[in-house]
Amino acid sequence: MTKALEIENLSKSFAGVPAVKNVSFAIEKGEIFGLLGPNGAGKSTTINMIAGVCRVGDGKISAFGYDNQRDYRFTRRMLGVVHQEIVIDNFFTVDQALKLHAGYYGVKDDPDWRQLLIERLGLGPHLGKVMIKLSGGLKRRFMIAKALIHKPQLLILDEPTAGVDVELRHGLWDFVREINRQGTTILLTTHYLEEAEQMCDRIAIMNHGELIALEQTHELVRRLSNRQLRFWLETPLLELPVEFNDYRPQLQDDGHELLLCLPSGESAGALLKKVCALGLDVRDIETDQSGLEEVFLQLTGLREGAGGE
Amino acid sequence: MENKVPTATYYAWLPFVTLLRKEILRFWRVASQTLLTPIITASLYLFVFGATLGERLSVLEGFSYAQFVIPGLILMGVINNSFANTSSSLFMSRYLGGIVDLLVTPVTPPQFILAYTLAAMLRGSLVGTVVWAISTLFADLPWHAPLLAILMAMLASFLFAQFGLIAAIFAHNFDTLSMYSNFLILPLIYLGGVFYPISILPQPWEKLSYLNPLFYLIDGFRHAIIGVGDTSFTVAFGVSGAIALLLFCWAAWLIGKGYRLRS
Repeated sequence: MTKALEIENLSKSFAGVPAVKNVSFAIEKGEIFGLLGPNGAGKSTTINMIAGVCRVGDGKISAFGYDNQRDYRFTRRMLGVVHQEIVIDNFFTVDQALKLHAGYYGVKDDPDWRQLLIERLGLGPHLGKVMIKLSGGLKRRFMIAKALIHKPQLLILDEPTAGVDVELRHGLWDFVREINRQGTTILLTTHYLEEAEQMCDRIAIMNHGELIALEQTHELVRRLSNRQLRFWLETPLLELPVEFNDYRPQLQDDGHELLLCLPSGESAGALLKKVCALGLDVRDIETDQSGLEEVFLQLTGLREGAGGE
Repeated sequence: MENKVPTATYYAWLPFVTLLRKEILRFWRVASQTLLTPIITASLYLFVFGATLGERLSVLEGFSYAQFVIPGLILMGVINNSFANTSSSLFMSRYLGGIVDLLVTPVTPPQFILAYTLAAMLRGSLVGTVVWAISTLFADLPWHAPLLAILMAMLASFLFAQFGLIAAIFAHNFDTLSMYSNFLILPLIYLGGVFYPISILPQPWEKLSYLNPLFYLIDGFRHAIIGVGDTSFTVAFGVSGAIALLLFCWAAWLIGKGYRLRS
């Protein structure tokens, strides 16, 4: 079956400095695919090569079976791109700009579809405004409407919620889920890892221009994240037993709380048995699973802050 | 998975028509800058050279100075505005990042060049036509070969639309862009025989004027209107056509490659 997007051995350098190194991945039709990575990881360069903003260095990109260089007139019709930077034309009103954008893609204005986008993205009261008069959030919403106006089959969102407030972010993601349910494939980058974890079927992580992980989101989190077990002890523990050295142990609340990290492949039950075997009097137990953020930091070698490119 | 988002029908010609429309709307929305200002400037020239100094000057036997200078002033309006339209539109797109919106679309390089060029030619023609209309207050032109005059004006407009595209691609900032018009086009227009026939210049300035590409455009246009020129219309048209073709090929190559447009 034809993939929505297929990238083979993609590379790109700027002034001899590699930005993307031999990256390959494919996106299935109807998928929500997350491309994550810290600043300078090569995500935006990859997206720019897919969209045609940036020339392909080496390798091949196909969208819905068409080569994005040879058959660019077909591939670009099928893609809608929301750029990371706000791109607007101050000469035109929101309504004029939406009509023009449909035309650039060779699509005649469809008033029903345009109206639907306007309503769903809350642009109705602002149709007659020129872009410069729009707030940051409205500009973001306009950019999403603009990327969808020609009814693309693959929507590329390069950090569409950067600098956007929580309410608007939720609204945008709800809308993205909705159009995905209707069959539009989504490729997104975001530096809100919790959102990526909730939204994406699969996630690829890039670092230093290379693809360092590509899995189903839940698999990636399950395989690489650490589950942590917190034991509340009746009798405080004054010294950590050596048996816990492999579990990154921590003592809190004057020895009444013991935190142990559960390695991948070991069950919580087995660890509980070990704790009890050492004679510790367990009053209560809680487990929590670290999420994508922990996985991301672990894979990219970052400990503080994870931002967009 | 079946896509329930309504499917679109594509029209290959529509990207070109839309881009042309956008380029026309762009200059129309700021008509006070793009049309009115150049018309006022040209009118002042007409007043100075047509109604005041013109009555005391005579540079070509059988013609008033106003009749001599008006074709040059019309062409100056055409040239300046054709250049300004493509150069400012493309440079602003590059500078403000809006070019990205076009780069992701299926607009082909020929459609891109043609849309920008035709919009620039329309603006140049509008300014040229209004300047001519105002000039009728100062002098009647003999219109020796009107079709050839229009052809020459269109060629000049096309040539400078290409030059505007090239300048916009190479310009680093607004200063560089204004340098093209202030330090290149303006001196070449003034030295290209707008205000005097080059035959009255002493040597070597007369011979050097033949190296000025603007001379051929201005002389050819004037020749078609008043029937007299420093060189034959064929030579003027041939040289101008060759330069226009050269610039078109250069602009097409740059835009086709995405030079300084795509990273």
